[in-house]
Amino acid sequence: MSVIKVEHLTYIYGEGMPDATVALNDVSFEVERGEFLGVIGPTGCGKSTLITHFNGLNRPTKGKLLIDGEDIWAQPKQIRRYRFKVGLVFQYPEYQLFEETVRKDISFGPRNMGLPEEEITQRVEEAARFCGLSPEMLERSPFELSGGQKRRAAIAGVLAMRPEVLVLDEPAAGLDPEGREMILSQVKEYHKQTGATIVLVSHSMEDIAKYADRVLVLQGGEIAMLDTTANIFARADELVALGLSVPEVTKIFLQLRAKGIAIPTDVYTVKYGRDILMDALKRKGGGQHA
Amino acid sequence: MLRDITIGQHFPGNSPVHRMDPRAKLLLTIGYIVILFVGSNPLGLALSTVFLVVAYTVAQIPLRLITKSLKPIVPILLFTAVLNLFFVPGDAVFTLWVFTVTWQGLYNVMVLTVRIICLIAGTSLLTYTTSPIVLTDALERLLAPLAKLKVPVHELSMMMTIALRFIPTLIEETDKIMSAQKARGAELDTGTLRERVKALIPVLIPLFVSAFRRADELAMAMECRCYHGGEGRTRLRKLQLGGLDFVLTAVCIAVFVLIGFSGTLWGMLPL
Ligand SMILES: Nc1ncnc2c1ncn2[C@@H]1O[C@H](COP(=O)(O)OP(=O)(O)OP(=O)(O)O)[C@@H](O)[C@H]1O
Ligand SMILES: [Mg+2]
Repeated sequence: MSVIKVEHLTYIYGEGMPDATVALNDVSFEVERGEFLGVIGPTGCGKSTLITHFNGLNRPTKGKLLIDGEDIWAQPKQIRRYRFKVGLVFQYPEYQLFEETVRKDISFGPRNMGLPEEEITQRVEEAARFCGLSPEMLERSPFELSGGQKRRAAIAGVLAMRPEVLVLDEPAAGLDPEGREMILSQVKEYHKQTGATIVLVSHSMEDIAKYADRVLVLQGGEIAMLDTTANIFARADELVALGLSVPEVTKIFLQLRAKGIAIPTDVYTVKYGRDILMDALKRKGGGQHA
Repeated sequence: MLRDITIGQHFPGNSPVHRMDPRAKLLLTIGYIVILFVGSNPLGLALSTVFLVVAYTVAQIPLRLITKSLKPIVPILLFTAVLNLFFVPGDAVFTLWVFTVTWQGLYNVMVLTVRIICLIAGTSLLTYTTSPIVLTDALERLLAPLAKLKVPVHELSMMMTIALRFIPTLIEETDKIMSAQKARGAELDTGTLRERVKALIPVLIPLFVSAFRRADELAMAMECRCYHGGEGRTRLRKLQLGGLDFVLTAVCIAVFVLIGFSGTLWGMLPL
């Protein structure tokens, strides 16, 4: 059974006001258990709005949201249950830090879950280690950390709740390449180790190409495409028409193909691209010389 | 949620009310408030209400927005209404246990309610049709003579402009932080008063931190653009009174005078 099921979801900001915006329009799809789903789309297409429905922060104007087959709004009083099940990391999460020490801040979530003290300590330390925060940093004030360290502390605060579904809204935005790599590879590691479902919103096609199994493309509050990563990036022209781009490697391969070289178009990682190129070169080397 | 607050919200438009000089609007609004108290009789209040409805229609602002802006003061309204209903001495309408409802009480409640509604709706019309920036500009111009008395008029109005400018930003920010903490299981809208106040800490601290950061950034940006206070500053858009302003102001003053004398008129009516 799919872990998240979105049924004809419509969301309108400021309904009934003169400036009402339809942010999502009759969206239906499913997130499979254990998958790594990438969400892309141009600015303002409704990505953030969509994912804030996953843990009941926004209530659908129309339509339903099911988690493990249960309508989460059947009992609005119980909504907190789903917040622990679906961990949500917001865009720029470092602005939500508030405690005196990093340790206390990371334990905010687990404490709200009502866990016993030893378990909290254990989870906090594990989450911190996972996000690359040294034990010494746990005792510092979150406001003394660098931007990247703050970001890791904030993500650790969500990981410490050990959510079954981890949703991240551009977790790597505004970080240096090393920081991006660090955060995303740890997310992937969490995915592998715990078998958790991951939903990653990103503007970086490279990141999506590298980590996602499937990709959801949103456009103007509606689903434009939903398919495996390879199939999505094979439709490069359509993506470009939507105002999105494709990974750099894909661009190169598309141009090579436009020059009449017979290579597949679903190349979206550098590794795969290299193999194909080596292959093509070998074939060429075996035949006549140009 | 927080964004449902409509007091102080601006609805851009191109009606005569929108185009009117903000200084005139500001003074007329003050005049309207005064006249609401002067003309506190049934006729006066009826006229004030009609004036308001006409003004809203001309400004093309939907009347139902009034109900929204009234929401926050409903408790105060109810409270004063109850006090007046039961504790004003006079001729009894009916008695309920130890409480007596009097005609005078009912009359007071009616006057009070209509007056408060008109007060809120009237001042709201000013902010609906005038952007905060323009409004503080008008205020600065009106208070300019005070600068001679060494009152820092420009600085005060700049502070007000900035404060107003950042209200929506802060509301948005509060919304975001609240969502983020709720995502970590914070319970913000349940529990006892004590618990709720405590639950606000995770929201307030990040909010203050970010407000200070913004203030810092703004100060830096202003200095980078060579802002150095009001001395010698010229304006891109000068406020200029036009024909429309004179006509509308004259009409409003006429109505206000009528409302002002409505008490006398009311007394002369053969009732
Ligand atoms: N709080 C709000 N009030 C009113 N409209 C909003 C609000 N938040 C978002 N919107 C509108 O809803 C639409 C979708 O916004 P959303 O934030 O979900 O976009 P996004 O895909 O996350 O964009 P980005 O890539 O820039 O983060 C936009 O048109 C936006 O203007
Ligand atoms: Mg977003």
